[in-house]
Amino acid sequence: MENSNIKTTGNVFVDNPRMTARNVDVYYGDKHAIKDVTIDIGEQEVIAFIGPSGCGKSTFLRTLNRMNDTIDICRVEGTISLDGEDIYAPSVDVVPLRARVGMVFQKPNPFPKSIYDNIAYGPRIHGLTKSKSELDDIVESALEKAGLWNEVKDRLDQPGTGLSGGQQQRLCIARAIAVSPEVILMDEPCSALDPIATAKVEELIEELKSQYTIVIVTHSMQQAARVSDRTAYFHLGDLIEVGNTEQIFTNPSHQLTQDYITGRFG
Amino acid sequence: MTLSTLLILLVAIGVAFYFAGNMTVKTARSKGKVFHSLPNYYGLWAGSLAFFPAVVVLILWSIIDIQLFQSWVRDFYPPEILAAGGSQAIVALAKVENIVAGIRFGEPEAWVLQAGEAWIGWAATSTMLKSAVVLGLATVCGLIAYRQIDTDFRARNGVEKLISYGLIAASTIAILTTIGIVLSVLFETIRFFQLVPPTDFIFGTEWNPQFEGAERAGSGGGEAKYGMLPMFAGTLLISAIAIIVAVPVGLASAVYLAEYASPKVRSTVKPLLEILAGVPTVVYGFFAALTVAPAIKGFGESLGLTVASESALAAGLVMGVMIIPFVSSLSDDVINAVPQSLRDAAYGLGSTKSETTRQVVLPAALPGIVAAVILAVSRAVGETMIVVMAAGLAANLSFNPLDAVTTVTSQIVTILVGDQEFESAKTLSAFALSTMLIILTLGLNFFALQIVKKYREQYD
Repeated sequence: MENSNIKTTGNVFVDNPRMTARNVDVYYGDKHAIKDVTIDIGEQEVIAFIGPSGCGKSTFLRTLNRMNDTIDICRVEGTISLDGEDIYAPSVDVVPLRARVGMVFQKPNPFPKSIYDNIAYGPRIHGLTKSKSELDDIVESALEKAGLWNEVKDRLDQPGTGLSGGQQQRLCIARAIAVSPEVILMDEPCSALDPIATAKVEELIEELKSQYTIVIVTHSMQQAARVSDRTAYFHLGDLIEVGNTEQIFTNPSHQLTQDYITGRFG
Repeated sequence: MTLSTLLILLVAIGVAFYFAGNMTVKTARSKGKVFHSLPNYYGLWAGSLAFFPAVVVLILWSIIDIQLFQSWVRDFYPPEILAAGGSQAIVALAKVENIVAGIRFGEPEAWVLQAGEAWIGWAATSTMLKSAVVLGLATVCGLIAYRQIDTDFRARNGVEKLISYGLIAASTIAILTTIGIVLSVLFETIRFFQLVPPTDFIFGTEWNPQFEGAERAGSGGGEAKYGMLPMFAGTLLISAIAIIVAVPVGLASAVYLAEYASPKVRSTVKPLLEILAGVPTVVYGFFAALTVAPAIKGFGESLGLTVASESALAAGLVMGVMIIPFVSSLSDDVINAVPQSLRDAAYGLGSTKSETTRQVVLPAALPGIVAAVILAVSRAVGETMIVVMAAGLAANLSFNPLDAVTTVTSQIVTILVGDQEFESAKTLSAFALSTMLIILTLGLNFFALQIVKKYREQYD
């Protein structure tokens, strides 16, 4: 029944969806940035959004935790649900929503605070801990999950901005993990990093997917191929094709997908 | 030849060399020669070299020759004046200068006439020499530059260099002026400290310069007291009240403008706020004296408090309003400079707008905000008109905001307004107060700059 009005090639649905988007349109003022996108994001999968610049992949990512709310002229239509609950329903509060759907940005953006306070920021504003030792545990486990603990455990009181670019990005991932999200959105997390730091972040994504659902927007097709289970190809606001990453990169069904991954444009 | 004639001649020589250089190269180019730079660069090079060195010499000469005459003329003073020194010598010099200017009061002493004549002679020689040297220098320099003109000569690079020297000279003027102001105040201060011991001044708790004259006239009365503490206490009290008003209001409006207001509201409200900065301080002054002070007095008395009709509170409140735009405008700029990515990070973790502002944006902007506040403080400390009109002139060492107090600036005004004898400790004390005030505000500005510098390192 649902399949009838879907223009996307490939199978957009999964058996155990964590988030679902149904007929989502996004407008920036008069600009129609996302056109009728329907897609499922499965439990504990890594899904990559690829596509040429301006195709709407970052815009769509930001609708998943309502980061677009901060932009006045942005308007979202359609339904986006997290665990079956419409996140754009009037009763939904964005504060707990963003704790459940965390975000990592393109440029590492640690707060100009100590490493400890960077991680503790989220648990503090959400009141997740009752005691200092509990908070210490959260900070340690978040840094450990982000693979940063051994590098920074002796200087937790030093500013997060003093770390290298790759360390800063892993700090930002640890900061997102610290509030125990269900989904982590990553908006081109490696585009400002060198190849070695990129490799570390990709390794980290590999480890995190056993516990979290990860949505990653990337400009690098190699990166999408390396880290993701499924790949979605966006083109000028349309979701063209969704499929297993291997299939998308070896045997794309849609002509536009094929043109993009063979480097004919983008 | 007068100074203005000389200057006009110099300009004429410069312009002549400009056209000479320009035309020479143009003509040569029309004959097919290839030059490194465009013709007007050669003209500028020749014209500038003719004009500027000569002008510099002219200015220096005009400053130095008067100094020289002033020291030479001392040879004519009778020995008793030289022995007395100080004001006697200044009076003697004034007499001689009157003769030189052609003004005679009664029958001048013989030595004054002699000195005057000698001075007139020196001046004539100096002017002649000066004209010859300056005009000669302009011509010689111009010719040398003109002779340099050649196809390979890099006039453009030379002119660029001259321009950079010109810009350096312009910026030096501001620095030299500051140094000049500080030095002139400093010398008077040293004279004051010869009359009143620095420790009495700096640690004295009583300010009462008015008895100076009475004491000298032998009519008794109290001893003059030059303790600066009551005024600095007043300045600090009023500035503190102003800051207590200005920082919360200014900061809140900055946060509103930067974080909450829509672009439309912002573009209307910000200029409106800045109008506050454009109101002349004398207007704030009578607002404080005529409206705020009586209101505070009335209100205080209805509560059973004793309020002076000119109170520190009235002056401080109005001064606080005056410096709101300093705090808000500067803070608004710093808050806007906080990268959007930090706000995104906070929102992405589920912060509300006010949590983001309080816990991320303001701490990130804090160094800049502190610098803004310190600049506002130094503005408040140096503010004069409001306190002269609204705070009173009673030098009470009091921290009660309902008392009349006085500030450093309003005392300086009181001391220096009207006829003054410049040898008295009372007058000189104004300069000592100025020195202390300059030290205070320079210190505050220095502090602010240090903080701003630290802030810049963090974000670039």
